[in-house]
Amino acid sequence: MSESPITKALSARRLAGEMSFIPFIAAGDPDLPSTIRLIQTLSTAGADLIEIGFPYSDPIADGPVIQSSYTRALGKHLKLTDLFATIEQVSKTISTPLVGMVSFAIIFRAGTGSFLESAKKAGFAGLIVPDLPGDEATEFAALTKEFGIDLIQLVAPTTPAARMDKILATASGFIYCIAVAGTTGVRDAAAHEIEAGLKLLREKTQLPLCVGFGVSQAAQIEALRGKADGAIVGSAIVRHLDGAETPAGFEKSLTSIQQFAEQLAAAAHHS
Amino acid sequence: MSAAITHPISQVPDAQGRFGEFGRRFVPETLMYALEELAQAYESAKKDPEFAATLEGLLKHFVGRPNPLYFAERLTRMSGGARIYFKREDLNHTGAHKINNALGQALLTMRMGKTRIIAETGAGQHGVATATACAHFGIPCTVFMGEEDVRRQKLNVFIMRTMGAEVRPVTSGSRTLRDAINEAMRDWMSSVKNTHYIIGSVVGPHPFPMIVRDFQSVIGREARAQCFEMIGGLPTEIVACVGGGSNAAGMFYPFVDDESVRITGVEAGGRSPKPGDHASALSFGNKGILHGSYSYVLQDEDGQTSDVHSVSAGLDYPGVGPEHAYWKDSGRVQYTSCSDDEALAAMQLMARTEGILPALETSHAISYTLKRASEMSPDESIVVCLSGRGDKDLNEVARLTGQQI
Repeated sequence: MSESPITKALSARRLAGEMSFIPFIAAGDPDLPSTIRLIQTLSTAGADLIEIGFPYSDPIADGPVIQSSYTRALGKHLKLTDLFATIEQVSKTISTPLVGMVSFAIIFRAGTGSFLESAKKAGFAGLIVPDLPGDEATEFAALTKEFGIDLIQLVAPTTPAARMDKILATASGFIYCIAVAGTTGVRDAAAHEIEAGLKLLREKTQLPLCVGFGVSQAAQIEALRGKADGAIVGSAIVRHLDGAETPAGFEKSLTSIQQFAEQLAAAAHHS
Repeated sequence: MSAAITHPISQVPDAQGRFGEFGRRFVPETLMYALEELAQAYESAKKDPEFAATLEGLLKHFVGRPNPLYFAERLTRMSGGARIYFKREDLNHTGAHKINNALGQALLTMRMGKTRIIAETGAGQHGVATATACAHFGIPCTVFMGEEDVRRQKLNVFIMRTMGAEVRPVTSGSRTLRDAINEAMRDWMSSVKNTHYIIGSVVGPHPFPMIVRDFQSVIGREARAQCFEMIGGLPTEIVACVGGGSNAAGMFYPFVDDESVRITGVEAGGRSPKPGDHASALSFGNKGILHGSYSYVLQDEDGQTSDVHSVSAGLDYPGVGPEHAYWKDSGRVQYTSCSDDEALAAMQLMARTEGILPALETSHAISYTLKRASEMSPDESIVVCLSGRGDKDLNEVARLTGQQI
């Protein structure tokens, strides 16, 4: 089986003894043209992969920062077709692989095949479906494979070892390791608490292991070195978009996001 | 997702939580372990005669069960048709059917060794029932309630706080039941090790729809036995209101294999059939996913959950339990809806004709029943689940009818 663009990007860092940096933003916040500039900025700042959140009305896995970002985007009547059109436009301008973070409620409504066709056309290399746990993912995982899209599976601190095998069976791209039991958000996720889980996963799979939920600072990325292959930072980036509704406010947000992303990328990339 | 109807129709869900094609578990991985743990604890509790005896004792001595099946003589005469009976869940301790489930799940909580309980509430009846169960057992309790519902249901908020529960107003989204469920799930994501989430309806991921249905089935079991005593056999039709659908599931389930019994669920028709004006997921919704379960849901073409409306906070929900979706598609249960105004009128008629003040939720079922009974013959019978009493709604009814209390 040929390596996916995602595994390839993350493995290159791993071979160099470095970690990958994966930032997250929600599409359509503050609007879709801004999403294009945000993605390009994150790509230039050193992102190895960019996670794009599909705004959803009832995101039960998300904390207040990402909820607000989704609410702002949906408040402007963001439509799925426009989201895909925007990603198609920007994905051609960058080499960084894009991963969609999307509720199964949205995928199911669109129709699984039809959604994957749109996602492929837009240039998504993978999907994270936070409410489609391993047990329910068999059918969808087979379909994503047909489309050449990775289905990234999540492992939680509450996941018993026996469940890991079930999850790994449908996983591709990388394994999303949830650092703390809870929703997304800025917290002090301590590396030592998930160390045992990461060690166990490392024995079970060759896929890169990336840690997210509660990862917000360079120091946390530093602490994950040697234990994980990448760090996912969402809320700590998205919160820079508070006040980005005005053109001047957005320019300010963009600059601070660029600086913050460069700092996180530097922490991840030194060997 | 392929459809499958099992016979007898009561033999659901399967081990994956499927009611035909509906149900299952669409939740973050963080919650999966807790759901498996809950399913196992419930299976072992079901086999434990001591668990059943404890719950039965509570239902008898604390709740006041069995409650009566009441023949509504004047309403029957007025409709000029079928004999109308009410299963009096309004006479339960705390004034609604919700206590049946809250006590059952509180016992499960203790069985699992968990030390904290959270719940969501819409009208406040499930919140009150859970706060009551927690006070009874001395378990700390937090109830999530949409800010809009906190306003509409002040009395229930005060009751919950008096019982020692913490009531957390939810300010996200539409500030109603749906957002209260979101917040409860988010709390549970981080507290899952020591906390049990007592969901109040037959919604959410497996095993919740099954557990809530089973604990509420005491309604239908009692009603069925009472029908044999009072009517001398099965009723012609049974009726219940449907929001998430817990009183209806509890009423219907013991009758679903009785093929001669017509079964009708009544949803909230709100102001009109226009999107946003009602809360009739089965009548007007489509198949989709909400709150961890695959069922009928009111959502737009992108899968975003729609805003809904009902005069009754307890029916103001864009989804419905997966077993109702299964019963709808199999044709076993008919679902219809009735408007805000019809429900308000039925509440007043019921109060003046029978001396019983029903909840606005229940009044939807009563409105349908009055119309339906008049089309039936006097040797037929129709049994309605009187799911709760109306005291909690009087502030809102007074406001809507321009009166002062």
